[in-house]
Amino acid sequence: MMDLGRTVTTVYNIALLTIRETQRRRILWVALLMGILFLLIFGLGFHYILADIQGAAGFRSRSDAQLTEIIANFLTLTGLYVINFLVIVIAALLSAGSISGEVESHTIDTTVTKPIHRWEVIAGKWLGFVVILALYLLLLAGGVLLIAYGRSGYLLQNVPAGLGLMLLGILTMLSLSILGGTRLSTLANGALAFMLYATAFIGGWVEQIGALLRNETAVDLGIASSLIMPADVLWKKASILFQPRIMGSVDIPAPFVVTSQPNDAVVVYGMLYAVILLLLALWSFSRRDL
Amino acid sequence: MPQSPVIHTENLRKEFGPKVAVADLTLQVEEGEIFGFLGPNGAGKTTSMKMLLGLTAPTSGAATLLGQPLGDRRARARIGFLPEHFRFHEWLTAAEFLDLHGRLYGMEQSARRQVIPHLLELVGLADRAGTRLSAFSKGMLQRIGLAQALLNEPKLVFLDEPTSGLDPLGRRLVRSIINGLRQEGTAVFLNSHLLSEIELTCDRVAFIREGKILRVTSLAQLDDEDVHVRLRVGAPDASLVDGLQQFGSNIQLESGDGLGLVTLNVSHERSLPQIAQWLVSEGYNLYELSPQRLSLEERFIQIIGDRLTE
Repeated sequence: MMDLGRTVTTVYNIALLTIRETQRRRILWVALLMGILFLLIFGLGFHYILADIQGAAGFRSRSDAQLTEIIANFLTLTGLYVINFLVIVIAALLSAGSISGEVESHTIDTTVTKPIHRWEVIAGKWLGFVVILALYLLLLAGGVLLIAYGRSGYLLQNVPAGLGLMLLGILTMLSLSILGGTRLSTLANGALAFMLYATAFIGGWVEQIGALLRNETAVDLGIASSLIMPADVLWKKASILFQPRIMGSVDIPAPFVVTSQPNDAVVVYGMLYAVILLLLALWSFSRRDL
Repeated sequence: MPQSPVIHTENLRKEFGPKVAVADLTLQVEEGEIFGFLGPNGAGKTTSMKMLLGLTAPTSGAATLLGQPLGDRRARARIGFLPEHFRFHEWLTAAEFLDLHGRLYGMEQSARRQVIPHLLELVGLADRAGTRLSAFSKGMLQRIGLAQALLNEPKLVFLDEPTSGLDPLGRRLVRSIINGLRQEGTAVFLNSHLLSEIELTCDRVAFIREGKILRVTSLAQLDDEDVHVRLRVGAPDASLVDGLQQFGSNIQLESGDGLGLVTLNVSHERSLPQIAQWLVSEGYNLYELSPQRLSLEERFIQIIGDRLTE
């Protein structure tokens, strides 16, 4: 039991160190500032677009109210889509060099020769990044949802579950790039993470178009690509959760509306992906020469 | 109770693919001993140290550290390590850096609070406690790294080229810290190619080349061995040279101002009084008998060879 106590303390210390690093290296502040800028632009855009539509329509009939809802839904979902992409990119950027960088500079040598397990360092970094990314996601997504609600009274459905799925997608990226960082150089790892994400992303499009054309090979290809890197398919799952039923009747292009609906199993798959890749990272780092 | 060695290795070997970094490391370092690890660049010094510290897994062989197998965390709680590349989390202040590593050692807050100011004082950085490491010079980083290696009152400290970034004052500081450790009974494993440093601090040294230990010896023993002797003797004759053959080799005789200037190499210091006795008993007048010891650098070249590797 004492050992468990030590492990918890070490993981906590490394997580705290990781958070402090993003703060000290001004990553946190730049991200916060840019996030506020993003919300500002989103808010202004939302306001003026809605004002334009409501002004033109006179905002009297019931169909106008429905149009408002459709536009508000579209803008909110677009905002969340961009945020999802942004936080995934930040997850990769933050974590890609976090381990390999310390290995290359030998900063890690003084850490792992302490009376701790090597895997505790990886677990601590992972946890630190999870906290940062979750808070950042909450700030940006919460901002977008609040702006939409405040201006139009419109709120997406299943917000906690949808945000949870977005976070899960971000965690799959985090685990992937942490795992890569235990063996690859920073640049190789970054390239790997982004290319896998891009592959899954384009695979997602192939799947959607394949579904429209009822081309099974294209759909299978898309599914295979989302197994390699499930962040994008988890976003699609989230976007289905968010969307009210009225969206089914309107033609809005992918990626905001999903033709080929991901199976519920993607959620379980996403969880397994994030956990197993993290465990592999813990194992891989414990076994390498430094 | 017999002292158990703080480091004990048997046939440790490390291969990186086809390249053999360490061929056979077999050595023992005793409690409280200052042990120097000498060898040219690329001899396998750093790889050897990394194996002992658990940073790199040996390909074969066995070793214990403080009586525990390599990588054991109980042993690691009692060792300190200053790496050759002293790169640390540079966005931490000096005090935060020491506090972090104290936490990683599992030290209680009260213990950290007590020891950190003392260590900052010891390495001459007390007035820089609140300065970020990014603003530190190379020498300051090496000194704060040394403080980090002493946080847990270790039984064994690994220092990999601890004076590489230091000026003469800094080197003197490191020497005095090592001497302090000796007094406290802490063993030090010192990797260095600065022979003057080794000469001034170490009890025993190992010479390593191409991943093999060529010799392990105490510095006092090295001093006794292979002494170069210079004699000035009155009225030298042929039997002088013949008679000296029994004590040493490479005997040279030069005559001048009526005295003979003889040089010879003897294998051990204890020959010196014997030579003096023999000369007197044979009726020679002895004007000078001066032993000249080889410097560690000369020893190094004698043992390691002067061939540049790689």
